[in-house]
Amino acid sequence: MALDFAAVRHQARQQWNTLHNGQRPLILVGTATCGRSAGSLEVLKVLKAANQEHDLECNIIEVGCIGLCHAEPVVCITKPSQPGICYGNIDSNKIRRLVKSYLAGDDPLPKLGLGTFGKGSIEGIPQLWQTPVLKPQLRRVLRNCGFIDPTNIGHYLANNGYAGLVEALKIGPERIIETVQQAGLRGRGGAGFPTWRKWQFCRDAGSGEKYLICNADEGDPGAFMNRALLEGDPHSILEGMLIAGYALGAQTGYIYCRAEYPLALERLREAIQRAEEHGLLGDTVLGSDFSFRIKIKEGAGAFVCGEETALIASIEGERGMPNSRPPFPAISGLWSDPTIINNVESLACVALILQNGAEWFTEHGSEKSKGTKTIALVGKIKYSGLVELPLGTALRELIFDIGGGVPDGKEFKAVQTGGPSGGCIPAGLLDTPVDYESLIAAGTIMGSGGVVVMDEDTCMVDFARFFLDFAEKESCGKCAPCSLGTRQMRGILEDITQGRGKPGDIELLEEMAEGVKTGSLCGLGQTAPNPVLTTIRYFREEYEAHIYEQRCPAGTCKDFVSYFISPDLCVGCLLCLKNCSSEAITGALKQVHIIDQDLCTRCDVCYQVCPSKIDAVRRYSPQTSLPLPEATVA
Amino acid sequence: MPAILTTILSAHEGKRETIIPILQQVQEEFGYLPEDAMLQIARHTHVPASRVYGVATFYAQFRFTPLGKTHVMVCRGTACHVNGARTILEQTEEHLGIKEGETTPDLGYSLETVACIGACSLAPCAMINSEVEAKLTIQKLKAIFEREG
Repeated sequence: MALDFAAVRHQARQQWNTLHNGQRPLILVGTATCGRSAGSLEVLKVLKAANQEHDLECNIIEVGCIGLCHAEPVVCITKPSQPGICYGNIDSNKIRRLVKSYLAGDDPLPKLGLGTFGKGSIEGIPQLWQTPVLKPQLRRVLRNCGFIDPTNIGHYLANNGYAGLVEALKIGPERIIETVQQAGLRGRGGAGFPTWRKWQFCRDAGSGEKYLICNADEGDPGAFMNRALLEGDPHSILEGMLIAGYALGAQTGYIYCRAEYPLALERLREAIQRAEEHGLLGDTVLGSDFSFRIKIKEGAGAFVCGEETALIASIEGERGMPNSRPPFPAISGLWSDPTIINNVESLACVALILQNGAEWFTEHGSEKSKGTKTIALVGKIKYSGLVELPLGTALRELIFDIGGGVPDGKEFKAVQTGGPSGGCIPAGLLDTPVDYESLIAAGTIMGSGGVVVMDEDTCMVDFARFFLDFAEKESCGKCAPCSLGTRQMRGILEDITQGRGKPGDIELLEEMAEGVKTGSLCGLGQTAPNPVLTTIRYFREEYEAHIYEQRCPAGTCKDFVSYFISPDLCVGCLLCLKNCSSEAITGALKQVHIIDQDLCTRCDVCYQVCPSKIDAVRRYSPQTSLPLPEATVA
Repeated sequence: MPAILTTILSAHEGKRETIIPILQQVQEEFGYLPEDAMLQIARHTHVPASRVYGVATFYAQFRFTPLGKTHVMVCRGTACHVNGARTILEQTEEHLGIKEGETTPDLGYSLETVACIGACSLAPCAMINSEVEAKLTIQKLKAIFEREG
């Protein structure tokens, strides 16, 4: 039975207002996967106990990821008629202190605060949205993440949620597609194909059974934007799916989500149930003649299933192997019916566009890339986390302003975008704007939004080997250029990193890369050589150093490195000695330690455990560059 | 046939598309896919056993040997790789005396790698049973093994 939407929304808004403007303090605890990994559930437990113990009557709400992953666990506290304060790196002790000082007392402990939000200010704490990490950002897709309870549909409704669906049902399928076209929305999963055009193909494919699939199989290692959105604001995906389904004439939607995301799956199941209870999903949506059901399919761990035809095969219960196109899924897809596959973020954008209009959506972005993009900023970066910025923002701004640059005083070396299908961009190209065309021109792709930063300690040849190893393992085996080509290329890269590189290897890699690119059946093979091609293009000298000088400039390829403890710096703390499993280090307390080069397995443990303020363990490459005493050189 | 397997099978229509969800539930229950269970699934879904096995071996999620009491999954995602996942894996292998994909003879530990667990900003990380251990270091790893025994 469909409920009166206006009444439900009115009620949701009233409850939201009471929560935020009422007489009780409101505490938000980020309990998405990243928060949990950092210990937020323990913080929550302590907080709840303290709330009872001190009779504080606080409203405590679990929210998704606010994006400040480097500062997890994150807790936000808003006291009545005070601005909210966002606190970072909270543990059991700090939350106890906060309860005592700020909730039971009046001292907000400014030193723990990352920033304030809402009206007013608090001395000693900056405005959250004016901090360097957040100022260049524009939260649209992620607007609710970290601020609403993802299990409470009322919170989504109170924040303009499902208003896009109401608008869609009012204007009808043709005008929905027109609106998405005017907004210039391009697929956020990687390729950047105009969403409206894909939809139009499917809409034109007759009036029979059709399917909409939400691709939530975020398989790019280094990317977690979709997970954060699914965990933090699942209803925005459902709303986007409802709008897309209505525009296409589909009655069934699938969410194909990785099994490795148990919390996202839990949130989605919960959201589907709530939406059904509210008449937003199921038969006669909001009393209209449109019926739509959403089913969840759990992926079983295959990167290739991000490819449309492989994903469809997987839903049908087959090995996830791609098929040649045409026919495109928009004409013949799941069970041979017209099928549209959209990425999680694309669908969230659809909901936003219908809620706010195409013009609003195009306010930001570059000429050919409209709107914003969510990005997972990770690797050797000071403030890693979840970012959303207008398309067209320069990489430099992303890495150095938002991300705070490379930590520990190390030098920036390269940034990789687009996951295993993308490439590495050197420092010289940091002014490249983050948009579809500019990144392609630089040799990489936008991809789903994973951005991995590397510093001087990352060997680019080993990095290319890492991706080819991934591509080889994930290749489905159907076509020879991909399955055999990636294997051969990985082999050559392994040879180069292990001292067996030969003159001509670089040229051979380039030649093979072209063959794999042009000969492979699907996107996995067609893009697998990109990490190799871009590292050769921008870091050729590193390849040459490995092949011709037996030298790894980053000092990480075992066969080219020797470890040495600087006698001038070693304080004799025994740390490396105790952790060396091959017993290659000798010495005593407060005496300089020495590495026996014959016993050393170059496992890197001594280098890693030596405290950074002492920094006595040094890596030398090539191995013959090891300093005196010469007797220790094997 | 174990009663639990009957329960799992009877909850699914005998269609081809249910093969993966059934395999997932069977693994959830047993910790791995016993050969006999796969034969039963083939019968239930009216496909040759080779097909069920073909599907099961295609996906990284499925395993064919029992899990250890403590199951370690070392993440080898890009962010973890850049932050030293190789050392974490090597040290884990050395400590446990098994390679990735293996289980200790006493079924105490099993070790796998995973393409990415999506906690990239807390790299390098690993999953110990179902808990994510973030920002791993050599010392942290040692403490985990001491705790798990």
